[in-house]
Amino acid sequence: MSSELLNEFTFFVLAIFVGIEVISKVPTILHTPLMSGTNAIHGIILVGAIVIAASANDPLHIVLGLVAVTLATINVVGGFVVTDRMLEMFRARRPTRAAPEVPGERLRQSGSAK
Amino acid sequence: MSLAISLAYLVAAVLFILGLRQLSSPRGARRGNQTAAVGMVIALGATIPLLHFTTAGLVIVLIGIAIGAPIGALTARRVHMTAMPQMVAIFNGVGGGAAALVAVTELLDQGMHPAFALAFPSVLSIVIGGVSFAGSVVAFSKLQGLLTGTPMTYPGQQVVNGLIALAIIALAVAVLTAGSVPAFFVALLILALVLGVAFVLPIGGADMPVVISLLNAFTGLAVAASGFVLNNFALIVAGTLVGASGTLLTKLMSDAMGRSLANVLFGAFGQVVAGPAGVAGAEGKSVRSGSPEDVGTMLAYARKVIIVPGYGLAVAQAQHAARELADELERRGVDVEYAIHPVAGRMPGHMNVLLAEANVPYEQLKEMDEINDEFKFTDVALVVGANDVVNPAARNTPGSPIYGMPILNADEAKNIVFMKRSMRPGFAGIDNELLYDPKTIMLFGDAKDSLTKLVAAVKAV
Repeated sequence: MSSELLNEFTFFVLAIFVGIEVISKVPTILHTPLMSGTNAIHGIILVGAIVIAASANDPLHIVLGLVAVTLATINVVGGFVVTDRMLEMFRARRPTRAAPEVPGERLRQSGSAK
Repeated sequence: MSLAISLAYLVAAVLFILGLRQLSSPRGARRGNQTAAVGMVIALGATIPLLHFTTAGLVIVLIGIAIGAPIGALTARRVHMTAMPQMVAIFNGVGGGAAALVAVTELLDQGMHPAFALAFPSVLSIVIGGVSFAGSVVAFSKLQGLLTGTPMTYPGQQVVNGLIALAIIALAVAVLTAGSVPAFFVALLILALVLGVAFVLPIGGADMPVVISLLNAFTGLAVAASGFVLNNFALIVAGTLVGASGTLLTKLMSDAMGRSLANVLFGAFGQVVAGPAGVAGAEGKSVRSGSPEDVGTMLAYARKVIIVPGYGLAVAQAQHAARELADELERRGVDVEYAIHPVAGRMPGHMNVLLAEANVPYEQLKEMDEINDEFKFTDVALVVGANDVVNPAARNTPGSPIYGMPILNADEAKNIVFMKRSMRPGFAGIDNELLYDPKTIMLFGDAKDSLTKLVAAVKAV
């Protein structure tokens, strides 16, 4: 086993423990956003897709690289945006009891009354 | 790998970990997502300038991003909150597909006999990424209604799936030992896609969240494997973080349903639903159906009302109408709370997202353990488009497919109002005896429609 491979393997094993440890106390209400957030993080495959696409110089590699970059970009952009949208909803709450009935009004109030 | 890249990847990895941690608490969740996004930008920013692009390479990277970014951003922006789960599924699937393609490309370039340290993770990435891609597409189709949500089974299915898996192992061994012929690993990718489809088809729509979460962890592992292929530290760490946390999250989700992961995945559920035992119990029992006015009066004079929202509320987009009703009742001094089952909606936490969207005050959302003891002091439990999560069979009927699943004690309330479109059973396909309880009033119709009528009825009292 080369030392580089050994290094990589070490990171791999440590990352397993960190991954489990870091989310072990997540409340149920955040399961969906968390799943979506981790989904965005594995969009890091875009780095890999760009690396293989960079050196493309024949039709086969061009097709493979193009598809890989496109798919990975959808993963990373869509992943972060959709997670942000979910979490945005958690912010717009705690309206005051006597708030008026117009929904937009409530939203603005709760935003400022934080 | 240059020093600058290594340091940038280290920063990115730390940001991913911090982001995950912030995502685990309601206060910092949104910031957590942004933290992770910054990590992503840093990782990309450090990688790109140091690559040696061919002209074609540069062009396809730019085109790929120019196509992918608007697709991702627009679909994520436009999708309805109710369609969130399938969106996550598809974003996850394309990531798995990208990981598999990265590995295919690397294998192509390595000739007949690549080093084992490269060939092994390549094979893993192709198989896991392929399963994740195809499985996610099926999960998406089931939730989107393109495919039926009921489990698709046929005799000998487990055997067929087993044979596909065996063929994959055989091909993988062939690639690793006999030589890396393109025909072999292309066949490997195709078989992985077939396995992905075959693996998700027999799983019912109600279990899709667990499956999506599992496939999410799969993609993480496929990305980590691609990291080993490319000797890329960022891919290894980020992919592994997702693989590990995704696996734990999958377990938490199946725990919330009171089932083991193996039980979710390998069809015990599907068989029971497919069997004749399902809906047969309905005959010979009568239900009491009421008018919105009856129910409105009952609600207006109640002291305590608990609303139990389910997926029916979500599909009818009735969360705003529910809040209006709650506001109207509170104005009359009625104590209103929402009881959120861990798997209400289509994913854990899905219902909280939907109700938050309708500006329901956070304090009114109560989790199951918090509120279950309060049902016995409750005058009316208003069940809106939920079914399985209040089915006493989970407590009382050992033979039932949902037996053992923790449920909301709506049956302990003094009155129960069920808002349903029909007598059709819930997603699990099992009859609910609570519908026939003498304390229960049925209010048939679209949830949003009925809630709006209830608001009017309460106002009129």
